[in-house]
Amino acid sequence: MRERAVPLLLFAALAAAPFLGFGEGYALTLLARAMILGMAAVGLALLVGGAGLVSLGHAATLGVGAYAVVALDANGIVEGALVLPVAIGAAALFALATGAVSLRTSGVHFIMITLAFGQMAFFTASSLAAYGGDDGYTLYARTELGGTRLLEDRLVFHYACLGLLALVFLFCRAALAARFGRVLRAARENPLRVRAVGFDPYPYRLLACVIAGAIGGLSGVLLANATEFVAPSYLSWQRSGELLFMVILGGLGSLHGAILGALAYVLLEEWLSHLTEHWRMVFGPLLVLSVLFFRGGLAGLLAPRRR
Amino acid sequence: MSAELLLVQALNGLQFGVLLFLVAAGLTLVFGVMDFINLAHGVQYMLGAYFGATLAAATGSFWLGLLLALPAALAAGLALELLVFRHLYGRDHLAQVLATFGVILFLNEGVKLAWGAAPLQMPVPPLLEGGVALMPGLQYPVYRLAILAAGLATALLLWVLVDRTRAGMLVRAGATHPDIVAALGVDIRRLFLLVFAFGAMLAGFAGAMAAPVLSVEPGMGDAPLILAFVVIVIGGIGSIRGAFVASLLVGLMDTLGRAALPDLLRLFLAPSPARQAGAAIASMLVYILMAAVLAVRPAGLFPARAG
Amino acid sequence: MTAPLLRIEGLSKRFGGLAVTDAVSLEVRAGEIHALIGPNGAGKTTLINQVSGALAPDAGRILFAGRDITRLSMPRRVRAGLARTFQVTCILPGFSVLENVALAAQARDGSSFRFLRPSAGEDRLNRAALEALAAVGLAHRAAAPAGALAHGEKRQLELAIALATRPRLLLLDEPLAGAGPEETERLIALLGRLRADYGVLLVEHDMRAVFALADRISVLVYGRVIATGAPPEIRANPEVRAAYLGEDEA
Repeated sequence: MRERAVPLLLFAALAAAPFLGFGEGYALTLLARAMILGMAAVGLALLVGGAGLVSLGHAATLGVGAYAVVALDANGIVEGALVLPVAIGAAALFALATGAVSLRTSGVHFIMITLAFGQMAFFTASSLAAYGGDDGYTLYARTELGGTRLLEDRLVFHYACLGLLALVFLFCRAALAARFGRVLRAARENPLRVRAVGFDPYPYRLLACVIAGAIGGLSGVLLANATEFVAPSYLSWQRSGELLFMVILGGLGSLHGAILGALAYVLLEEWLSHLTEHWRMVFGPLLVLSVLFFRGGLAGLLAPRRR
Repeated sequence: MSAELLLVQALNGLQFGVLLFLVAAGLTLVFGVMDFINLAHGVQYMLGAYFGATLAAATGSFWLGLLLALPAALAAGLALELLVFRHLYGRDHLAQVLATFGVILFLNEGVKLAWGAAPLQMPVPPLLEGGVALMPGLQYPVYRLAILAAGLATALLLWVLVDRTRAGMLVRAGATHPDIVAALGVDIRRLFLLVFAFGAMLAGFAGAMAAPVLSVEPGMGDAPLILAFVVIVIGGIGSIRGAFVASLLVGLMDTLGRAALPDLLRLFLAPSPARQAGAAIASMLVYILMAAVLAVRPAGLFPARAG
Repeated sequence: MTAPLLRIEGLSKRFGGLAVTDAVSLEVRAGEIHALIGPNGAGKTTLINQVSGALAPDAGRILFAGRDITRLSMPRRVRAGLARTFQVTCILPGFSVLENVALAAQARDGSSFRFLRPSAGEDRLNRAALEALAAVGLAHRAAAPAGALAHGEKRQLELAIALATRPRLLLLDEPLAGAGPEETERLIALLGRLRADYGVLLVEHDMRAVFALADRISVLVYGRVIATGAPPEIRANPEVRAAYLGEDEA
């Protein structure tokens, strides 16, 4: 029961939020940011929780999506019907290329290699002088939908993010339960067993990377739109670490945990940064403690005891 | 590019390479012996630089500063091992990644709190000031040559320690057959602590040595950390020899690529796009090298663990 | 009779200087249980690993149903009809017993690049899985988590997984290892029934089971086959008695 109730409540709360005191500009911005990062975290949770592939370079896919928006914007193209497929396709392609190499290894190698590829994307973005280099790039306008400036409206943007988040979440949950996900989950538990029944895990894992990459690209487009500004820091490895933390904070066992984790992360960051300029000094130890003592994650707290 | 410039850049690359090696050596041993992925190894490098700069300023002597920075870095490494890392040895790599990521957040911010966000300077000692003439009309800073020499000497010392002493033999055996070493009745915990503290000191030494030629600032350890990962992936986990070869390779490739590629591309492109594309490709070069090595040898050039 | 189902020709594998598989040739026909026996360290599991595709041989050929499979990956060999069980139990402990077997059925049932329909609700896969579980007598445990099974039950589960891949040949690596006396009896009866439908290459230490089940026996010593023949011949072979049976049978 709760497996369905928790995500349902979560989405209902996000849908009602604008009318429950979160209707102000700043609060909505914050929520949009949480939903966008939550979307990327759901994709990452598919990789980490579903396939057992710990990627420490996931922010790069967000960055590729965001920089695709920038590249099109610099050429005067802001139509969503073009921006979205190009950005998502670019991020998926990036995930395909880096995944194809990274998946030749496993475990600790995989972590290091994804981190290295993420860093490669970061430095490449920093060297793009035409798009502002280290200083970043300010978008002229948000992405248009069918020639209209619909996304300029905060409320519309809120519900666009929510709708896409729900779509991504439902797709990933279905994929994990379907045949595809069964192979992934089995390969996480025991790759030899999977090979010995006749599956080569590689193409399944690679496709999982591509799906997560495409979702990352989508969140990159939304993030660029939310801030109307794109900088290499989108791709920094700290951002990848934060995404991973959101997934773990929410709990690896379920995909909605990733959304809970993202919400908790963004709110915690907001709250702490109001308390002190050096909020990371509080946040770092909090992270260490949560790893050492809080293994089930937020979703674990809300889940029935027997699991 | 002239031959003189090429020589200078090659020396810069080698110097960068030996510094990388000092960071990577500790990291690869910690991986190999303990199967522990320590993202916080880069902050050891940063702490070394801060300790060196501060202690040199306090004592008024570069040499005393460098000498005192070593036990300080060692103590910092021991403290981290006792407080955080030893609770993570039995955990999965994901937990290790996140907890050590938390340590980075804390220490990067802590350094900012303690020393301020502005970069520190550490003066070059009078003895090593000035340059030597490599060729008529070509001056090269003595201090950079000294870094190169000190790095190579440390590498030699490390090789003797690991290859010729009992402790070194245990470390090598631990990297290849940890279960057997444990079965021999060796106190693995103490061996871990030893390797760990030693690796921390090496990274700290690299940081302190690099301090006069770099700006000492928060987060300065992140970039070397990720390059050290690349080095380890190329060289093979747990292999000192692999780390040495790969460090020099990465150092040379990165430095020469940045210096030469824009010039090289000018043969085909107009100056401005050549500069841009050159910078972008140069920043990807070491990662492309890593991908190429992995494509041919997934376990790295010198895999320590056979099979 | 038809051509042999499995044919191994001059298979060799060296670890360092040690020849663990030394020019081994043998055949398994359809409907036959061919037992492979030999003292510990004779290279039995290494041989199974090469036949199943877990390990690449240095020399020699492996033919399956007339087709050279020496260079095929393990998943491809399984899809060609060559299934194995493992000496050290290899299951998915976090999955239910049924899902362990359903995964194997899934490998034989069209594409697994399907993303929307819950696999747990796929009747065809579940029926095939239940059938295989029933064949090994484990249907009553279908809903249990595989990790919670008793040791003998895990051996049965391994067998059910192998059967669900719809193989033509089974490579069984010590299926009786660690099973209690009652379970052993049940497993022996089960293996005897399997003979009708599959070729079996059986590695087993339990000599009573081997002599009860095998149509032919090959004796592996230090990586070499020193004798192949029907059980009575092997029992009578002085070289075998000296090398091996002497210590066990007495």
